[in-house]
Amino acid sequence: MTAQPNNDFVQEVVARGGDSVTMCFQCGTCTASCPSGRQTSFRTRKLVRMAQLGLKDEVLNSQELWYCTTCYTCTERCPRNVAIVDIIIAMRNMAVAEGKMFDGHRKTAQSFVKNGHTVPISAEVKAQRKAMGLPEVPPTVLANEKAMADFDKILKATGFKKTIGE
Amino acid sequence: MAKYAFFLGCIAPLRYPGIEKSTRVVAEAMGIELVDLTDASCCPAPGVIRAFDKKTWLAAAARNLALAEKAGLDILTICNGCYGSLFDAAHELHADKNLLKEVNEILKEVGLKYSGKTNVRHFAEVLYNDVGVENIKAKITNPVGYRVATFYGCHFLKPSDIKQLDDPENPKMLDDLVEATGAVSLYRKDKMMCCGAGGGLRSQFGDSAMKFTEENLKNMVDAGSEMIVDICPFCHLQFDRAQADLKGYALPVLHLSQLYGIALGMDRKELGLDAHVTPVKL
Repeated sequence: MTAQPNNDFVQEVVARGGDSVTMCFQCGTCTASCPSGRQTSFRTRKLVRMAQLGLKDEVLNSQELWYCTTCYTCTERCPRNVAIVDIIIAMRNMAVAEGKMFDGHRKTAQSFVKNGHTVPISAEVKAQRKAMGLPEVPPTVLANEKAMADFDKILKATGFKKTIGE
Repeated sequence: MAKYAFFLGCIAPLRYPGIEKSTRVVAEAMGIELVDLTDASCCPAPGVIRAFDKKTWLAAAARNLALAEKAGLDILTICNGCYGSLFDAAHELHADKNLLKEVNEILKEVGLKYSGKTNVRHFAEVLYNDVGVENIKAKITNPVGYRVATFYGCHFLKPSDIKQLDDPENPKMLDDLVEATGAVSLYRKDKMMCCGAGGGLRSQFGDSAMKFTEENLKNMVDAGSEMIVDICPFCHLQFDRAQADLKGYALPVLHLSQLYGIALGMDRKELGLDAHVTPVKL
């Protein structure tokens, strides 16, 4: 299959905060530094090159896009000051906007919407908190309906529920 | 007494409440006054929520920053994820007036405004920079002799151009904080390697995350460590839970606040140590 370069792709990555993508000269320091690349098929240098070449569909459909833990080792060591994590975040945002999202990630996003937190509270944790002299429910959005409603309004304004397919 | 808005985040209050409790007790002993930042939400998490939709990440972070600004206090976090998100979001908003204006259009919907006054701090660097290691040593009532693998995590020091706390490749802050209790911090191979949990790896590609964790554990054991001391509840959760699934590892996992709790003579029950998955035998 012949890849179909998308010339607008780099510009969108730039617009979404990955403006240093064009600075990469492919030295591979990122790949050599990447702890995920040791365990998986993720190759940071290759992903940045694919972005430069406008291989939009290949990038947004690749599982490797989601193998970065955002540890920033690549960004720290890049001799061209390429903000590699920002580029990855920009491309992940584009994938999610196209409805490309893994179930485990959607679950985290759904908890964020429902609870205002990435994980729910449990009866077990409530009991532990009480035994330590802490309020059973922490004094966050979880403890105040008005605050939770405000949080929900923020998500409505940004369209987050729609973005994650809720 | 220095006063901060205490930002709880998700994993500490909802999975390891002992971290929250010990932070409250230790902060008071160290002369740090914590006022609950009531009504706050998730920071939101830098590796997942920011990766899904940056606009939502920024707006929800701005709401948390605005709540602290309204209270007239800087934020204190006990988690690298919260620190990373709130610090980075504040940095972006403080540097870009147009972005701040856009976000304030959203905050208007809930009657809030953020003008860019909130500083974001991490408990560990507040202890190091504001309290000071010598003052901490003077307050320790129950010195310990543990052989410790310190775990800095990623978002505490990096990106270092904006955090500017310590050398991201060879830091000493957490090692000095740990050794203030009488414990010994042991050097090890690949000391600054990520735990594996971040960026949505734990929630979607758990087996890959586990490989990071196992490599770290092997290096810790090879160096002669007998426990892990972290400053991030998510790294904490990863190391504590992973060892139940991996054969042959049993390193107790303590958050710095819990180590300090022990060194200040806090009761074991208040530290929440019995709720850990990997048994904490001291």
